[in-house]
Amino acid sequence: MNAIAWISGAVAVLATLLAVTRRRAIHCLLYLILSLLAVAVLFSTLGAPLAAALEVIVYAGAIMVLFLFALMLLDLRAPGQEEGAGGGRSLVPWLGAGILGAVLLAEMLYVLLRAPGGGPAQVAPAEVGAALFGPYLLAVELASFLLLVGLVGAFHLGRPEPKGESR
Amino acid sequence: MLGWFWLIPALPLASAALLALFRLPRRAVALLGAGSVGLSAAVCLAIGVQFVLAPPPTGGLGLSLWGWLAAEGLAVPATLYLDGLALAMAVVISLVGFLIHLYSTSYMAGEQDYRRFFALMNLFVASMLLLVLADSLLLLFLGWEGVGLCSYLLIGFWYRQGEARGAALKAFLVTRVGDTGLFLGLLLLATSLGTLGLQQITRQVPLSWAVGSAPAVAAAALLLAGAVGKSAQLPLQTWLPDAMAGPTPVSALIHAATMVTAGVYLIARAWAVFSLAPQVLFAVAVIGAATILLAGSSALAQRDLKRALAYSTMSQIGYMFLALGVQAWQPAIFHFATHAFFKALLFLAAGVVIHELGGQQDMMRMGGLWRRLPVTFWTFLVACLSMASLPPLTAGFFSKDWILNAVYESPRGGFWLWLAAVVGVMLTSAYTFRMLFLVFLGSPRAQTAHGEGLHGGARGEGGAAILIPLLVLAVPAALLGYVETPKFLGDIRLFAGFLGTALPGPPAERVSTELLLLIPSDVAGLAGLGLAYLAWRRLGRAPVALAARVRGFWQSGWGFDALYNVLLVRPFLRLGQWTRGDVVDRFYDLVAAGNRLLHRLLSLWQGGLLRRYVLALALGAAVLLALVVML
Amino acid sequence: MSALAVGLVTAGTLFVLGLAGVLVRRNTLIMLLSIEVMLNAAGLVFVLAGSRWGQPDGQVMFLLILALAASEVSVGLGLLLQLHRRTGSLDADRASRLKG
Repeated sequence: MNAIAWISGAVAVLATLLAVTRRRAIHCLLYLILSLLAVAVLFSTLGAPLAAALEVIVYAGAIMVLFLFALMLLDLRAPGQEEGAGGGRSLVPWLGAGILGAVLLAEMLYVLLRAPGGGPAQVAPAEVGAALFGPYLLAVELASFLLLVGLVGAFHLGRPEPKGESR
Repeated sequence: MLGWFWLIPALPLASAALLALFRLPRRAVALLGAGSVGLSAAVCLAIGVQFVLAPPPTGGLGLSLWGWLAAEGLAVPATLYLDGLALAMAVVISLVGFLIHLYSTSYMAGEQDYRRFFALMNLFVASMLLLVLADSLLLLFLGWEGVGLCSYLLIGFWYRQGEARGAALKAFLVTRVGDTGLFLGLLLLATSLGTLGLQQITRQVPLSWAVGSAPAVAAAALLLAGAVGKSAQLPLQTWLPDAMAGPTPVSALIHAATMVTAGVYLIARAWAVFSLAPQVLFAVAVIGAATILLAGSSALAQRDLKRALAYSTMSQIGYMFLALGVQAWQPAIFHFATHAFFKALLFLAAGVVIHELGGQQDMMRMGGLWRRLPVTFWTFLVACLSMASLPPLTAGFFSKDWILNAVYESPRGGFWLWLAAVVGVMLTSAYTFRMLFLVFLGSPRAQTAHGEGLHGGARGEGGAAILIPLLVLAVPAALLGYVETPKFLGDIRLFAGFLGTALPGPPAERVSTELLLLIPSDVAGLAGLGLAYLAWRRLGRAPVALAARVRGFWQSGWGFDALYNVLLVRPFLRLGQWTRGDVVDRFYDLVAAGNRLLHRLLSLWQGGLLRRYVLALALGAAVLLALVVML
Repeated sequence: MSALAVGLVTAGTLFVLGLAGVLVRRNTLIMLLSIEVMLNAAGLVFVLAGSRWGQPDGQVMFLLILALAASEVSVGLGLLLQLHRRTGSLDADRASRLKG
C-alpha cells in the first residue's frame, strides 16, 4: 500500500510542477488532469473510494473541461503571448516564490506532522452518503445554492455584450 | 532736607514717563525735558550745600525705599545711599546733564522726534542718577542696565540710517559682555556674603575674605569685567568710536561725561572688594595705562572730529582706571569730575562746528573757524588746555597731576605706569591741539556754502540755549582744579575732605617729589603742543610711507575691530548659516520623512497587480503560521 | 512513513506549488488553474483527516469543497472572458489602472 501511495504522490507533485511551469496553456491543463488523477489514486490508497471517484468525475471531468472550453473560447493564437512584454523566462520570480513556498511548506509540515499518527481507515461510500443525508443535509442544500449562484453568475458574465451597455 | 535726595533721580524719571506717554507741544517738551534735569540739579546742589554744612554723623545717609526682594538667604531692599562720593557724582551728572539738555533744546530743534529724544535723555539721566545713588548693588545694576538701554536707543536715535543701527547694536553687544561679568560678580557677592548692600559689603568684606583670596579676586575680576565694558577700556573698547553715530548731545552726555564713567564709579564704590585683590588692582592699572596709550595714539590719527573726541574720552578714562589701579580712589573721582566738564564742553563745541558746516565732520575739511564762531573757539580753547593739563588755569592740570603723583608713589610698578602716563600726557596734548589747530585756526578749508546748518537752524553760532552751556561749562573746566591743589600750591583739600568719609585717600605726597614730578609732565604737555604745531604747519606735504601705515593702524584703533571680526563675528555668522535650516526641526522632519518612506513602501502593494496581492496573502499566511509554530 | 504522512507531504507540496504558480504566472487562466491546484490540495488534507479518524466527515468536506470549486471556476472563467474582452489579453498585470 505504501508503495502506491509514494508513487502516486510523486506523480502528483511532478505533474503539478510541470503544469505550473509550462508555457502553453493547454499543456498546463493536461498535466493538471494527470495530477488530479494521481491524487485520486492517492485517495483510494487512503481508503476513500468515494472521494477518488468524485475527484475523477467532478474535478478532472467537469472542472477541467470547463477550463478547456474557456481556452477554446479565448482562441489564443500564439503560445505564451500573454506572458507579457518581458517574454523571456527569468528564474528570479520563481526563486522568490520558491523561497516563500519552502518556508510555508516547512511550517505546514511541522504543524501537520506533529499529530500522532493513525492508520488509514477505510471509509465506505455508504457511510459518507449516510452523513450527507443526515447531519450535513443543510450543507448539501447550501452547496446547491452555491452552484446555482455560480450558474447564474457564469451565465451573466459570459454572455456577449449587447450594444450600448455601460460598464 | 537731606532725606529728599530720592527726588534727584525721581524728577527726570517722572519727566521721561510724561514725555513718553503724552503728546505735548514742542515748548512743553523742551521745558519738561530740560527743566526736570535742571530741577534735579538744583535739588542736588541744595542737598550738597547742606551736606557740606551739616554732614551726617556716619558720613552718609541711607534711605530704604521699599522691600523689593525678600527671598530665603538673600534680602534685597531698594535702598539709596547718599555720601560724599554719591553726591559728587550726582552733582556732576545733573549739572552737566542739565546744560546738555539746555543745549539740545536748540540743537535738536529741527528733529521730528524731538519728544522721543528728550524722553530718552531724561530716562538716561534718571538711570544714571539711580546708579550712583544706589546702595543695593541690584539697584545699581538696574541703573546700569538702564543706561545701557538708553545708550542703545540714543545711539540708534536716527535708526533709519544703517550706520546708527549697527553702531547701537555693537555698543549694546560689547557692553553686554561686560554686563554678564558684572552680574556674575553680583551673584558671587550675594551668595558669599548674603547681602548686596554696598555699605554692608564694604564693612563685611575685610572680615570675611583674606587679601588675595580666591573669592575676592574672582568678585573683583568680574566687577572689573563690567567696568571695562561700560567704560570702553581694553579689551572691550571697540564700541565707543562707532557710538559717535548718535547725535552730538548724546555723545556729550553719555559717551563723555556720564555713562562711560559708570565703570569708574563702580570700581571706586567697591574699593573694599578691590583692596582685597591686589592682582586685580594691578590689572586695572595696566588696563588703564594700555588704554591711555592705545587710545591716545588712535586719537592722533583720526580725521573725524567726533571719533577723535571718542578716543580721547577712552584715553582719559584710562587715566581714571590707572588711578584706581594704584588705589588712588579720590584722584580718580576728581579727574572724573574735571573730565566731565571739559569733555562735555568739547563735544558741545564740536556740535556747534558740525552744525555750522552743515554736517561736515572731517577735520581735514575744517579750519579758520575762530572768526566765525568766537565763543565756541574760546571755550574750546579753555577745554583743550584743561585736557592737555597745562597750568595754570585748567582743572585738568590739577586732577591729572594728582593722579600722576599717586601713580609714581605706588609700590607696585609705579615707575613704569607713571612713565606710560607721562607719555600719555604728551599724546593727549598732541591730539588735543591738533584738533584745535585743524578745526579753528589757519585758513578755512570748508567747502560748504553759507546757509542752513544741520538741523534746519539758522547759521551762526546759535542762540542762548547753545552759548550759555558752553560758557557755563568753561568755568569749572578752568577753575575746578582749585578745590584740590597739591601741597606746594596751597594744599587745598576741599575735594578730598568731601570724599573722605566715602573713600580712603591716596598716600600723602612729599612736596619735593611733587615739584620734581611736575617737570616731566609739563614738559610732556608742551612737547605734545609743539608736535601738534609742527605737524599742522607741515600740512599738505606728503607723509612718509611708513608713517602712513602706522597712521592707518592707529586710525583703526590698533586693528581691534578687524581682530574681533575674525575671532568672533565671522565664526558666529558662519554658525548661524549652518544652523539656518533649523537644526532641531530636522529631527522632527525625520518623523515626517519616515512616514513618507513607509507610505511609499506600502503603496508598492497597491499597484493593482493581482500577483502582488496574492503575494501579500501568502506572506501573511507564512508569518501567521510561523507564529503558530513558534508558540 | 505511513500513507498518511505521504499524503500530508504531498498535500503540502501541491499547495505550495499552486501558490507559486499564482505568484509567478501572469496568464490569468493559469493563475486560476493554480488556484484549483491549491483547492485540490486542501481537499486532500480533509480526506486525509477523515481517513485518519475513520469518519466520513472528511469526505463530506471534500464534496463541499468540490462544489465550491465548481462554482468558483465557472464564475472565474466568466470573469476571465470579460477580462479578455476588455483588455485584449489575459495578462493580469495589464489589468491594473492604479498608479501605486
